[in-house]
Amino acid sequence: MGCGMGKSELQLKKCDRVSISAPGACSRLQSQPKCHAHCEAATAIRAALLIQRWYRQYVARLEMRRRCTWNIFQSIEYAGEQDQIKLYNFFGFLMDHFTPASSERNLISHIFRENEICRDIEWERYFCYKSIEVPESYTGPHLTFPMTFCGVSKLMEAFKHKQQLHARYVLQILGETWRLLRILPNINYVSVCHNQEITICGDLHGHLEDLLLIFYKNGLPSSEKPYVFNGDFVDRGKNSLEILLILFGFLLVYPNDVHLNRGNHEDHIVNLRYGFTKEILGKYRVHGKKILKLLQKIFSWLPLATVIDHKVLIVHGGISDMTDLNVIERVDRHRYVSALRPTKMSQQAVNGSKSQNSRNGEAGGPVEGRRRVYSLTHHSPASAQRHNPPRRSLHNLPISNQLSWSLEDELKRRRRLAGFDQSYGEMNKSESDSDSEPAGTETDEQEWKQIVDLLWSDPMPQNGCIPNEVRGGGCYWGPDVTEEVLERHNLQLLIRSHECKQDGYEFCHNRRVLTIFSASNYYEVGSNRGAYIRMGPDLVPHFIQYQASRTCRELTLTQSVGWTERSALRALREQLFVHKSDLISAFQEFDPNNTGMISLRHWASATETVLNLGLPWRMLRPQLVNSTKYGMVDYQQWIRELSITEPKLEISDTSILETMYKNHSNLETIFRIIDTDHSGSISFEEFRQTWKLLSSHLQTEISDEAIADLAQSIDFNKDGSIDINEFMEAFRLVDLSAHT
Amino acid sequence: MAESNNQSAETKLSDVHKRIKAAFETFDNAANNTVDVREIGTIIYSLGCFPSQADLHDFIAEVEEDHSGYIHLDRFLPAMTKVLLEHKFPPIPKDLLLQAFEVLDKDNKGYLEPEELTKYMTQEGEPFTQEEMEEMLTGLADHERNVIYYKDVINQLAIDPDM
Repeated sequence: MGCGMGKSELQLKKCDRVSISAPGACSRLQSQPKCHAHCEAATAIRAALLIQRWYRQYVARLEMRRRCTWNIFQSIEYAGEQDQIKLYNFFGFLMDHFTPASSERNLISHIFRENEICRDIEWERYFCYKSIEVPESYTGPHLTFPMTFCGVSKLMEAFKHKQQLHARYVLQILGETWRLLRILPNINYVSVCHNQEITICGDLHGHLEDLLLIFYKNGLPSSEKPYVFNGDFVDRGKNSLEILLILFGFLLVYPNDVHLNRGNHEDHIVNLRYGFTKEILGKYRVHGKKILKLLQKIFSWLPLATVIDHKVLIVHGGISDMTDLNVIERVDRHRYVSALRPTKMSQQAVNGSKSQNSRNGEAGGPVEGRRRVYSLTHHSPASAQRHNPPRRSLHNLPISNQLSWSLEDELKRRRRLAGFDQSYGEMNKSESDSDSEPAGTETDEQEWKQIVDLLWSDPMPQNGCIPNEVRGGGCYWGPDVTEEVLERHNLQLLIRSHECKQDGYEFCHNRRVLTIFSASNYYEVGSNRGAYIRMGPDLVPHFIQYQASRTCRELTLTQSVGWTERSALRALREQLFVHKSDLISAFQEFDPNNTGMISLRHWASATETVLNLGLPWRMLRPQLVNSTKYGMVDYQQWIRELSITEPKLEISDTSILETMYKNHSNLETIFRIIDTDHSGSISFEEFRQTWKLLSSHLQTEISDEAIADLAQSIDFNKDGSIDINEFMEAFRLVDLSAHT
Repeated sequence: MAESNNQSAETKLSDVHKRIKAAFETFDNAANNTVDVREIGTIIYSLGCFPSQADLHDFIAEVEEDHSGYIHLDRFLPAMTKVLLEHKFPPIPKDLLLQAFEVLDKDNKGYLEPEELTKYMTQEGEPFTQEEMEEMLTGLADHERNVIYYKDVINQLAIDPDM
């Protein structure tokens, strides 16, 4: 086999199979230097090609693993969001069918009460901080008003040192912020001066270290350094309040140069589930409730969008085919305290949602695929089904397979399960639901949809606009919608956030849509970088990426992928564990002879039916199932080997425990809703009510005995109440393998 | 596996289809059977294939819909099935890989300096970007000596047994 001398059409593949080069042959030709050099060069090229091909394959495999891990986290995240929507829809359903007189209604009606105190004067009185004294023992920062740059700097320093701001000052800042936000328009129109650049940040989600990192790298906000923060400042991370206070501080000092957009997490209902409510109540035991109430108002007053030089639109979620900035400019944005529910639902909407809510937003369908629920703003089941490709499905509850049901029966059943009074008057909308708004109109419905779309939508690669059933709110919009909406408004670029991206940012739709996400390590240490945008008058975006923890920067690609992967698998094992009864039932359906073994194919199919996360179980199998014999899984053993420890409790009815694990977040959310005075504790009776509500939502029976039993195992406070945090903590699952 | 011993051609085909679909779905974000064209390379590689960049370009040209930027499963599935059944982009045998490194290691040191490797990877063949190069060096270089012991590396990055 000769060298490549003179053979310009030498095929790489053919050559590969034999050898890169034959050293013997080349050495023979050493006497001819020109040929030898040529031969060497060609060989080197072939060698390089080979190595490049090999290495790229290796990286791609890692990328595939990383992507799978990502999908796991995201599926679990969206499943949680869906649960939230379902729960909220369920409450809405109950609300719409309560008698005004029932006392149980008060348990949850308050979350639908948009404005307890309507007039501004009353608000001012309610939020008066003047009576709150700052004790001598307080070592945190003292603030003076009006807010100054020094004040905000002081605040940042204090937070860096893990100090907490006194409630008095918190209320003061919030009060000032509220007064300012009220006079801002729904859409901020800003301009970039010729020698300046504007900075745009995405989701922060309580990650204070990322905000501080951005300020460190980019400089603090000022009139020379304008900033736009594109929503989702709170929830998940543990410094949501600190981030808000810093952002509000800068807003107060530089109102023309700092711009805040509302995100879908600037919403008190979402906060109940995702940690912000818990954070506030944990940090401010006495004044937490007031702070939460004031924040509720502030969130509703946050502007909805920012437009730069009439060319670049910045919103948190995205758009839909109906997006109309003229409409958005005119809405009374503060009426939409929570984007999850319109101020008043029109009769049509209620009827639509009734029929879907009473099925809890479920429909039948084939088993593989990501969970879907009917989205908030798209009520008709028919349209949703049209867009459902056959292989996707919604969760199949065994009970809801009844083909004929009447609304009355359904209602009776629900009320019985919830332990409510059986008598009920005529079914009417919650007229005495406190907001004194007039009955919902068609316009209200449309306005509400505009806002939800801005805050909750995601882009998709295909043309069209379909309901976003993975999140349960907003829509998925395609490149054609981007073109149409941008053109209609004479814009050239849409910047949005809302979705975590591995590199902190990502273009799509022919670079007409740009996603920017600023919370690094969002799912797990090493999961992703954060990024922010700098943009000059030429409106060309430049990106700066970062990752908050020093540890993860030093990890190699392989190590970082491995770390995140292990974490995702832990989360997945937990999900598998909490569903073990359902899993075993599903497995047994494939094992009629009770051999204890099923095929891998059946294992994958059954697992997806139960968990409904839309994950590629066959691909994940090697990491979840340790041993298989001849392609069969010993499923009982496998469940045992999941190595999750349950807390040691003496409870006779263990099925309630499993319900508890499966509905951890739902339970906590309901607790917090019921805890109307935001004290962090509930009475035993309220505890019992919570379980009843949950059982009604899940359409499963939970007996009073089981509840009493559960209560026995808890430590009560001295006054006979139950601390919510302690309770939730006591029932947290621990993954044993995490300690290996 | 007992399953594969008595596999008919049909079962084998169906298994191949399942593998392709699973890999495809990983990148199908909006769950509508389309993926961004930029992800196709990753998908093909993850199925155990070793195409060159030129091979990828040709493949994409076949399955992409009019430079729309996305690829639909309807076109990907048959094309990829053909690739897998015909073993079109086979793996690189370890010994050949070793030879390749040895060619670059002109002085027969048993390792490569980062500069040496960089020169070849970024200037010859189908060159790496700077980012690709940095990642390669971070991943493959020995932490203490800062050289690449290619024999060890080849063994470490062995092909996934699952493929």
